[in-house]
Amino acid sequence: MATEETNQLSLDDKLFTVRRKTLNQSHITLDERLCSECLNRICTYVCPAEVYVWDEAAKKIDVRYENCLECGACRVACEAIEWANPAWGTGIAYKNS
Amino acid sequence: MTKCEVVIVGAGPAGIACGYVLAEAGVDVIILERGQYPGAKNMFGGIFFADQMNKLIPEFYTEAPVERFVAKKHYALLINDSEVSLNIDSEEHKKPPYNHSYIVRRSVFDKWFAEKAKAQGATIICGTAVTDFVWRDRRIIGVTADTADDDDNVLLADVVVCAEGANSMLSEKAGLRNRLSMRARCISVKEVIELGKDVIDERFGLTAREGAAYEYFADATPGMLGDGFIYTNMETLSVGVGVVISELYGRRNPPSPNQLLDRFKNHPCIRPLVKGGKTLEYSAHMIPMDGFRNLPRFYTDGLMLVGDAAGFVNNSICHEGVNMAMASGIMAAETILANRQERRYDARALRQYEHRLKNSFVLQNMKNSRDFIDILRTHKELLNNYPHLVQDVITSYFKVSDVPKSTVKRDISRMLRSRVSVVKAARTVMALMRGGI
Repeated sequence: MATEETNQLSLDDKLFTVRRKTLNQSHITLDERLCSECLNRICTYVCPAEVYVWDEAAKKIDVRYENCLECGACRVACEAIEWANPAWGTGIAYKNS
Repeated sequence: MTKCEVVIVGAGPAGIACGYVLAEAGVDVIILERGQYPGAKNMFGGIFFADQMNKLIPEFYTEAPVERFVAKKHYALLINDSEVSLNIDSEEHKKPPYNHSYIVRRSVFDKWFAEKAKAQGATIICGTAVTDFVWRDRRIIGVTADTADDDDNVLLADVVVCAEGANSMLSEKAGLRNRLSMRARCISVKEVIELGKDVIDERFGLTAREGAAYEYFADATPGMLGDGFIYTNMETLSVGVGVVISELYGRRNPPSPNQLLDRFKNHPCIRPLVKGGKTLEYSAHMIPMDGFRNLPRFYTDGLMLVGDAAGFVNNSICHEGVNMAMASGIMAAETILANRQERRYDARALRQYEHRLKNSFVLQNMKNSRDFIDILRTHKELLNNYPHLVQDVITSYFKVSDVPKSTVKRDISRMLRSRVSVVKAARTVMALMRGGI
């Protein structure tokens, strides 16, 4: 939780501040063959919402698309990522930014 | 299948400005917006450069939901745990039109601007994400939205204006640019932190609707090409950092944008400004870093790119963006109006759009700072070594001690000579003057 003095929130708490509607269908698709060969995994640190998490056991990237802030940085950073706008006005809706 | 004269993709400053001008001239224009409302997906640091807006709607600031005007500017180098800064507190900027600089929240402001365009007669449809173009004989004749398999989701138009923003997939689909490179985009994250007006006024020395814009360089994003910022809204602060995506690549223990923001907020010089606040919203967005030399093509048969989708952000210290977006939107509208009689919107007719851009501040300013980012990227000492040097020189010169100042000066000059190559530094400064700032 937030400590009042320093105002440090965990990422989960920060993501919780963003209003959104989520479809139960991902707007992100990965070319998993490329992921298994990837040495850098830039997706795991370029994303401001940390949507991409490497699953060591399954040897694949776990995509938590429901946290996506729709900036598109992942798509720019990695060609294995196909990213589309969430359809029908779903996804984030900023109120204060 | 529906048809209209002009379809604009995206209700941001560029798209709405374009729609506003067209609707005013009586054009049948539809703006498609993917968010639930205009501004829902929009985010920027905080300063709206409003000279174009003021031309479109004179004295808009008397009725628009602007938070504060920028009365104080603060440029700072963060160096380890210290700060060296320049404060600009100009009386000139505190009188209308306030140097055309306002701090706004986009989710509120864009909604207001969209209503203004609606009042002129533009149609704005929200909750509709454009997925692709409709082509006929290599010419764009419309757009498809959400699901392309349904005929109802096709909108035909004489001409399409793409104001899709920084994450522009349509400009790639139209073949106007290659897939975006990570050198051409900055990732920016921001927290809106609630403190209340009184606390903000006191901490930043403001009264009434005066606002402050604080920009931080050097160790705001340690060793990386990026910056940090604090802008004062009325009751909240916008606190954020941005970093060029390629700068994160290939580092040992690369930080995520969120970690960079937390580090920035925790810097000893930043913490006192934001402490005790409550984070109302976290947001992220990309900023175009194409630069003049890598801009996409701006038009093709039946299509024009405006705003961030066209890469119109001046990556200099001035951060011009919204004003360029609006100017390009207005110029696209003027191009359409000039060709409206013949209804000819092929590439030859739309070439006029590029002429207008070239003859305006948009491309001229982009050209003026064409090398700024490249110089910073290739001369990392500008971001890393020189700020530390500045800090060391200042601290040793002002150090209170019984060492005679002549000795101090000699030591400083020795230190400078050992840490900087004068010739190299002079060359860098010359390059910056020529094609940077």
